[in-house]
Amino acid sequence: MTEPSVSENVVPQKQPTHPMDSWLRQDRLPHIWCPGCGIGIAFSATIAAIKESDFPREKISIVSGIGCSSRAAGYLNIDSFHTTHGRAIPFATGLKLANPDLKVFLFAGDGDLFSIGGNHFIHAARRNMDLTIICINNYIYGMTGGQFSPGTPMGAMSSTSPYGNQDTPFNLPHLAEAAGAAFVARWTTAHVRQLKKAISTAFQKRGFTFVEVISPCPTVYGRRNKQPFGIQMMKTLLETSQINHNARGHEWDILLDKPVVLGNFIDRERETFVERQKAFQEHMETYLSEKEIKGGTYGD
Amino acid sequence: MLDRNKNRALTGVHFMNGDCACAEGALMAGCTFFAGYPITPATEIAERMAQRLPSVGGIFIQMEDEIASMNAILGAAWAGAKSMTATSGPGFSLMMENLGLGLVTETPCVLVDVQRGGPSTGLPTSVGQADMMQARWGSHGDYEIIALAPESPQECFDLAIKAFELSEKYRMPVLIMMDEVIGHMNEKVIIPEASTVKPYPRRLPTVPPDQYLPYHPGTDGIAEMAIAGQGYAVHVTGLTHNEKGYPEINSRAQAEMVQRIVQKIRLNTKQIIMLEEDQLENAEIVVVSYGISARIAQLSIQQARNEGIKVGLLRLITVWPFPEEYVQNLAAKVKGLIVPEINMGQMVREVERCSHGKTQVIGVSHPGGGLHTPEMILDAIRRAKE
Amino acid sequence: MERTEIRISGFGGQGIVLMGYIIGKAAAIYDNKNATLTQSYGPEARGGACSAQVIVAAEKISYPILVAPDILITMSQAAYNTYRVGLKPNGILLYDNMLVKLTADETAKSFNIPAKNIAKDLGRQIIANMVMLGFLVKITAVVSQQAMEQAIAASVPPEFLDLNLEAFKRGLAYQQA
Repeated sequence: MTEPSVSENVVPQKQPTHPMDSWLRQDRLPHIWCPGCGIGIAFSATIAAIKESDFPREKISIVSGIGCSSRAAGYLNIDSFHTTHGRAIPFATGLKLANPDLKVFLFAGDGDLFSIGGNHFIHAARRNMDLTIICINNYIYGMTGGQFSPGTPMGAMSSTSPYGNQDTPFNLPHLAEAAGAAFVARWTTAHVRQLKKAISTAFQKRGFTFVEVISPCPTVYGRRNKQPFGIQMMKTLLETSQINHNARGHEWDILLDKPVVLGNFIDRERETFVERQKAFQEHMETYLSEKEIKGGTYGD
Repeated sequence: MLDRNKNRALTGVHFMNGDCACAEGALMAGCTFFAGYPITPATEIAERMAQRLPSVGGIFIQMEDEIASMNAILGAAWAGAKSMTATSGPGFSLMMENLGLGLVTETPCVLVDVQRGGPSTGLPTSVGQADMMQARWGSHGDYEIIALAPESPQECFDLAIKAFELSEKYRMPVLIMMDEVIGHMNEKVIIPEASTVKPYPRRLPTVPPDQYLPYHPGTDGIAEMAIAGQGYAVHVTGLTHNEKGYPEINSRAQAEMVQRIVQKIRLNTKQIIMLEEDQLENAEIVVVSYGISARIAQLSIQQARNEGIKVGLLRLITVWPFPEEYVQNLAAKVKGLIVPEINMGQMVREVERCSHGKTQVIGVSHPGGGLHTPEMILDAIRRAKE
Repeated sequence: MERTEIRISGFGGQGIVLMGYIIGKAAAIYDNKNATLTQSYGPEARGGACSAQVIVAAEKISYPILVAPDILITMSQAAYNTYRVGLKPNGILLYDNMLVKLTADETAKSFNIPAKNIAKDLGRQIIANMVMLGFLVKITAVVSQQAMEQAIAASVPPEFLDLNLEAFKRGLAYQQA
């Protein structure tokens, strides 16, 4: 080893690099997420899962909608699409179909994916569209200041349910299963290893794969529901959740007075949209080769 | 083996309706992705694309609604495809928000509106031209748009090709404002060989990723566009963004971005605008119209000429951007401008605005569900003459 | 300016729009004139009065909607009742006399043919529309026989071409009783 030069001794040590640094758009940091928010945990679990995968980095695209979670698309240093509220799934559908070599995944919130974008979710699942959906369920619309969402448990307080939420929330795994998802899991940001593994599985698996991430929002959900600190909410998530991979249907319901059931619930094989499309195109290649190419009702 | 390039063109003379001709024009232009939702009177475009796209190796997907359709074509465009959707009034309304996303992210694609009678469900199977202002202003915020209005099935074919060219050239969604009569009417359509029309290429980056700025305008005001999967790590957002594509929430970034998407059209209006002039040389009165209304006005003009009235036709092939300067000059020279359209007065406002009170402007409105009779337009011509 | 307006009417399922398509195609492509075809749209797919409108002209057709038809073809009573009123004075009326009974005061130049029965004799009632097309050429010559035959050949499934052409020829040769 050579002696360090004088100048190096004078210049302060550079901050050490983090293994995920190259995956982030450094010039976009700091991020907007509040202290105690769970999105960052889910985000790094996602990056860890992507790093482990064998997809070449330039072939991975993230698509998101609008909301706190959806801001993730702006921080990830890959092709990234931050679309309009609720519309990430159809945008991603077009992106994937026009270039099936891409690995396209979504990172968005419960309000975006299941309220304004709910219709797109069930249809993409029905088609078994080749997309991985990571849904941050923080039980609330965070960015607009804490209105109840389709993920808000019944009875919970929010700015638009000041006397307690009168709506029933969606049971997201049940919805995903019924609509046709190939893989369905639910974890919390307090179960980082399991979460990363589930995202990894979802990422590698063909078809429509769905991971729900229960994530604390101390700022606008916890504050109104007697848990104003992230650490407190994380603790609650750990203490009140139960891992049960074999749970089914209504056991996945989220109720304020019941433990949240976690696990990798559904893992099944269904022909995917892209596979069907490829087979169809191959079939048409032969079918049309033998035919005169024609147009309308009367062959014009 | 399928000859995908050759199959772009159904070469020959056809007796085809405007919807099918529009679809054939899109295929000729190199369209390989169509996402849509059934709606009268635009359904035939989707049906035609479903039938024909496999022969060019393209993809047809029927989405769950028009919102999804609009987003899917934006996604497909970012994967490099030439993409299109087609709809009518109710679906056009649903597409408005994400037309805005396409405009602000400067995404090339084509959106067809086969206009029917409105508002709301209105007259699903009958003609209207009442979406003209929606075409211009329907999405929130400030922008400029390009919209073309064909008057025949042949022109549906020709303008579909033009729309794709403009969308790639100016990096934006382009509208084709058809109507039910043109869409459903069969007429002679001549389709040339595929080799005569070269798909207009995407303006891909000419610099490596570390030097690339997705919204840095070139010398002509338009930025090069990287697509997904090429290592450019492009960031695309509907938020106000800077040259890098990163959100920047302040009035300076807003001014830069909005001015760029507005100026790229305003500074190029001369190249974009297409007009047809008929018997304008000695005309004292000019009918200014577009689409099916301009076509039927020709009969009224003929009759007026027979009566000795010097009347001509200015047909707007490009309705947006509006030919402001042209109409301004015209207004200074003539006794009157007649604007027949199947709505309660939309483009006539533009004609009035650009006339600056220099001539009388007479709108001939029709609430929709049918066409003007030639007499309605003739009466207006006679009135202007007096 | 030579301009011939034709309305073809009947009920849904008789191949009324196909008739319009074939006439238009014959005129526009094979007689090298101009033609437009428009159809009346309603929510019903079968039954109900149905109409297709064709305009044939040597020059460009600026007004593609019927003003007053020169020729009315009707293949159902309901269609006759609905559309007769628009026919030009001295217009030509072609009808299937097995399906349509004219009113006592009918003043049009009327020509009848039992198209449905002729088609039945040929084994398929569905080709009555081709019989009527033959009859149209015979009576009006709005398009040439050759153009019509070419348009039929380009528009019907190849396996049924001979049958369709046979029906067309029967109509063409029909001598009104």
